[in-house]
Amino acid sequence: MKDAGHLFRFAGLFVVAFLVFLVVRGYVVPKTFGQYGHYRGAAIGEIAQYPVKFAGHQACESCHSDIADTKTKGAHAHVNCEACHGALFQNLPAPAQPKGNLYERFVALIVPPTPPDAPLLLHADDPTSVIPVKPDTLVLCARCHTASAAKLKSFPQVDPTVHMGGVPCETCHNPHSPAIGSDTSSSPTPAGTK
Amino acid sequence: MNISRRHLLILLPAAAVAWKYVEAGTPEASPNYQMSEHWWGMLINIPKCIGCGNCVRACQTENDVPDGNFRTWVERYHVTDTEMTTPEVISPDGGKEGFPVADEDAGKYFFVPKMCNHCADSPCTQVCPVGATFISPDGVVLIDQTYCLGCGYCVQACPYGCRYLHPTKHVADKCTLCYHRITKGLTTACCEACPTGARQLADLKDPNDPIHEFLKTHPVQVLKPQMATGAKAYYFGLDGSVR
Repeated sequence: MKDAGHLFRFAGLFVVAFLVFLVVRGYVVPKTFGQYGHYRGAAIGEIAQYPVKFAGHQACESCHSDIADTKTKGAHAHVNCEACHGALFQNLPAPAQPKGNLYERFVALIVPPTPPDAPLLLHADDPTSVIPVKPDTLVLCARCHTASAAKLKSFPQVDPTVHMGGVPCETCHNPHSPAIGSDTSSSPTPAGTK
Repeated sequence: MNISRRHLLILLPAAAVAWKYVEAGTPEASPNYQMSEHWWGMLINIPKCIGCGNCVRACQTENDVPDGNFRTWVERYHVTDTEMTTPEVISPDGGKEGFPVADEDAGKYFFVPKMCNHCADSPCTQVCPVGATFISPDGVVLIDQTYCLGCGYCVQACPYGCRYLHPTKHVADKCTLCYHRITKGLTTACCEACPTGARQLADLKDPNDPIHEFLKTHPVQVLKPQMATGAKAYYFGLDGSVR
């Protein structure tokens, strides 16, 4: 039995190594790993925090209710605002890094700061400075309404070169309610040019 | 342990910065959103798709998808009567800027929008060696990009070709079903931008979602059902030639 000492020492070493493993594992494995499954549970919340760029038609309609009313009467009732006008956000230039006090500059020397992402601003948040670009109807309308055998026969289609010959679509059609002779009270075209 | 004044001065600010990250913790998902109350999928109505490419452009804008990669894309099939099993498929730049005009001739044309099927038994999540990709409790296949190694196993495993390696982040990337939107009560960017309603976000756990009535009354199909992936992108009007 007196020769078994080296076995106990080895067992002790094993126990210590196991404890070290447990401690290191406790630090290295993220806290939320395994919360829902074999992944980091906090990742779900992080992905849910990505910035929204298409604000949704409800955001547009809360101010532009007149356009929303015109749209409900026409063939474009189910075309959402941002399908034509594009996403409501605009990228603003990233703000300059604040210089900070001596301590902050010292920290920045050791841990280089990550530049802040360019902030997103929605037209709905700041209607005066973020103004969506007015789409060119010659391009925009043709995207959907150019005749093609691949589209359903019931879908309104025209040959753009024959149908309008370079005249912008909104000259005759109100894009918000496209049937000719329909309510054009909120047409982007000035009155009298119809 | 001896720490000189110089070392202490270096260590303290570093510890302060590290503590800031510890304190910040992990951001909460949107309030009022319960993952257990949702099971997300997508309904794609093929006859309604006109191949305008709005969905592709909206997805790229919303999710900063790098040029040349696609989280969603549109294919145009041309199937002739004699070549039913070998259709001609085109998708110029993912259909982002639309398609060339299709002439009337023999056979038929149709558009097939494609995206991650958010499979309930997804092959891509099973092969990840580190647990960086997973199915969330509400049925969305997501990637933890801080955990991903960029090994590309999942890219190979997806039978639908819906994943790619991000060219600058060097990690796997894919459709998140606009998880940052649907958890806030918005629809996905592709659905928001679709002018014909060819795509509809579906919450299969919401009893008031019109998807239930649609599935009850319409024949629908999933892509590659033989792969038993439990795909949740339901296609209405899908032609047998689509692969």
